[in-house]
Amino acid sequence: MTDIRLPTVNVEEKLFQNRYRVDADRAHIRIREPATCGQCAAKPCIVCCPAGCWQLEEGKVDVVVDGCLECGTCRVVCGPGNVDWDYPRGGYGILFKFG
Amino acid sequence: MSEKFDVIVVGAGPAGNAASYTLAKAGMSVLQIERGETPGTKNVQGAILYAHALEDVIPDFRARAPLERQVIEQRMWLMDEGQACTGVSYRDDGFAQTPGNRYTIIRSRFDRWFSEEVEKAGAMVIKETTVTGLLKDTAGKVVGVKTERAGGEIHADAVILADGVNSLVGQRAGLRKDIKLEHAALAVKETLFLSKEIIDERFGVTADQGVVVEIAGRITHGMVGTGFLYTNKDSIAIGIGCMLGDLAQHEITPYQLLEGMKRHPMVKPLIAGAEMKEYAAHLIPEGGYKAVPKLYGDGWMMVGDSAGLVNGVHREGSNLAMTSGRLAAQTLIELKDRGAKFDARGLAGYKARLDDSYVMKDMKKYADVPDFMHGNAHVLDAYPSLLNKAAREMLLVDGVDKRTKQKRILAQVREKRSLLGLMGDAYRFWRAFR
Repeated sequence: MTDIRLPTVNVEEKLFQNRYRVDADRAHIRIREPATCGQCAAKPCIVCCPAGCWQLEEGKVDVVVDGCLECGTCRVVCGPGNVDWDYPRGGYGILFKFG
Repeated sequence: MSEKFDVIVVGAGPAGNAASYTLAKAGMSVLQIERGETPGTKNVQGAILYAHALEDVIPDFRARAPLERQVIEQRMWLMDEGQACTGVSYRDDGFAQTPGNRYTIIRSRFDRWFSEEVEKAGAMVIKETTVTGLLKDTAGKVVGVKTERAGGEIHADAVILADGVNSLVGQRAGLRKDIKLEHAALAVKETLFLSKEIIDERFGVTADQGVVVEIAGRITHGMVGTGFLYTNKDSIAIGIGCMLGDLAQHEITPYQLLEGMKRHPMVKPLIAGAEMKEYAAHLIPEGGYKAVPKLYGDGWMMVGDSAGLVNGVHREGSNLAMTSGRLAAQTLIELKDRGAKFDARGLAGYKARLDDSYVMKDMKKYADVPDFMHGNAHVLDAYPSLLNKAAREMLLVDGVDKRTKQKRILAQVREKRSLLGLMGDAYRFWRAFR
């Protein structure tokens, strides 16, 4: 669909408004097998993650969970099931002020 | 924890809270476990509260619950290419009378209140604790939960899984499979703050009256999805949701969709000058009746989003959640009164109660809708667009006679859809929604 222009959005500016308690060094989402991401042409995780946690770093798929909204999108959208997805420890992660 | 409970409830959303409250009020010993700092800090919804489902649990909730506005007007907008919009609205001052039928709420506030009511009713609520799995005895009956805390195994005669759409606990115990990509929608929303007076003025309401706007059409760029705009007291909740598979295929990010909708000329003036204070996202189980997993077994029941109990057509979910939580609780209460076991045979009563309620009747009614939408995304795209073009043609007074205008409209319709295509759409639509 090219008839409507989609705006460029800096999602980090949105995430900046949110409240988090980051569990340093204990990422609750991990890539199971990096080689599998290398073979994936579609990389839907990068498009669909509403927090922009999934990015290409020097050609490789990388996930940084600090801004994670804990929705589950990356786990569900990953065809090969390559996302090891867990909840953060109790009390950590996103703390919605309004929800 | 060496103590054993009658029931452990996993999760403190609407389903878990309704279950815990009902059980505690009946004198059962209840432990509810929530992973958030306080109940509500992990939960996301639009949010509309349908009064009936909460009324069945807490009849006098209106006197105490943190409600935002009583909804008296529902607008439905079909957007065209970023310029035009055709809409209908239903406003009923009858809806302004008490008792109200529906309210806007802010979930973190509402859930915290509901949880306090659960504690007052006598349940024990543990926060900041994530349930990591279920305990089973040698016969496979669920007899408790594992938590991440040291010595965190807790026993109970039954466990109610109200852990939400991602349902990790049920999955790990092999009680259900993960939600399928084609059954998941992703919604993103922002909470935008404005003064109460400005909201009253822009939406044409007074006192604590509220307006909800549901939006469809080109804002979803040919994908299956809808947008919404709800008035809270001094904030506006704005969001948009699309089927996850569509987002992946179209390579459109959810935040671009939301930003696009915010810039539409129908929406922009309503939110102008507002301060954005939170950005949230949530999955919605949209698989409908056919995607509902097994709801009970020896020592366990599944309620709310974790059981996929969402009526996608009518945008209802939290009411189905509360009703399912209440019915699960009532099943246990009745079994305990009779001195019966919480085994699969006894807990089948939960499914029977659900089947007999609006929850499963509505889910069944729209059982074919998810499949229909999956194969007919153009319905949400082509028709709103055609409708707007037709409205423009007929409303533009420019010296062209009306019969010529009608012919132009028909020509546009035929260009988009063949006569057979139109008839097929109408038939399939009727089949799915009848």
